[in-house]
Amino acid sequence: MALKVEHEMHARRKGRNVGVGLLLAGLIAIVFGLTVVKVLELGDARKFENFDHVARPQIIPDEGSEAASE
Amino acid sequence: MTDMSVNDRSYEAGMGDYFALMKPRVMSLVVFTALVGLLVAPVPVHPFIGFVAILCIAVGAGASGALNMWWDADIDAQMKRTASRPIPSGRTTPGEALGIGLGLSGFAVVLLLLTSNLLAAGLLAFTIFFYAVVYSMWLKRSTPHNIVIGGAAGAFPPMIGWAVATGSVSIESVLMFMLIFMWTPPHFWALALFVKTDYGDAGVPMLTETHGRDATRKHVLAYTVLLVPVALGLGVTSIGGPVYMAVAVVLNAWFLKGAYDIWTRDDAAADADNYAVEKQVFKVSLYYLFAHFVALLVEAALRINGIGGW
Repeated sequence: MALKVEHEMHARRKGRNVGVGLLLAGLIAIVFGLTVVKVLELGDARKFENFDHVARPQIIPDEGSEAASE
Repeated sequence: MTDMSVNDRSYEAGMGDYFALMKPRVMSLVVFTALVGLLVAPVPVHPFIGFVAILCIAVGAGASGALNMWWDADIDAQMKRTASRPIPSGRTTPGEALGIGLGLSGFAVVLLLLTSNLLAAGLLAFTIFFYAVVYSMWLKRSTPHNIVIGGAAGAFPPMIGWAVATGSVSIESVLMFMLIFMWTPPHFWALALFVKTDYGDAGVPMLTETHGRDATRKHVLAYTVLLVPVALGLGVTSIGGPVYMAVAVVLNAWFLKGAYDIWTRDDAAADADNYAVEKQVFKVSLYYLFAHFVALLVEAALRINGIGGW
């Protein structure tokens, strides 16, 4: 029969590790959720993409389509 | 709980011990009042942002509770009510409480800043500072009016909730703050009159011991008189209405009558009926605060359906 030394302290330590793991997972979920909500609240995704600091011709409004909509 | 003592170095804290450092019962009151402040504000908040903001306020309150336990470990060990707290009972070390308090404070303030705005985060940071430094480190051991100023720390949450939604401070949020601020002293001193505490043995000045019980009775009435216009005034702001006003009039009359009864009697009369009036006023004071904030929620719900307010 294999020896098994499981002190009560080990159980508590395991509980603490699981707790910290869950807290970290929760933090990741919160930051991810906040990112999604904040981006969606911008409405127009171009407002978000504008912060890319790179020239992106595809996000410049098409003058022809704007004129057509007016 | 297993047998242990401060000298038992084999004990390692579990998650529950760390959670107990955050004063969960205080946190529940903070969550409720902050949620009301957020929900009654005229600016709608995305549910997820509202959830994270309330979580940050709760964690901030818990962090200040941990800092309070770290600083007050010496007096907690001397008083029966607090001797079983994590530090005096040896379940956590003072260093752990300090680390958790500082770490979670930073976490809560920064995350609230990212979630909402600078004002809300600043108010939360100030609340933590106020409770941990101004109340715990400075006032608690130096003046019998500690509970008056210390009550401000518990009064900030609805103001922070309002700031999360609106990004501003207004008469409504100031009056919600004042409602809790003015309510705390009569609530606490009514309790102090009928519960034998050992604050004096621990070197914490309490009004009942420094100025006597008659002076405490006068203070209960004085602060209740000052509380009434605040509670009624909130009813005529944009978040009040007939429902709130009806609740406020009844409860303030009830509370005022109780405070008057406390003032007009002495300890001999109180001993005769086993402090029935003092106990009743303390109980009413609990309903008082809860009902005022629930009434504000009802008004907000009615306003959404176009039938609330004046």
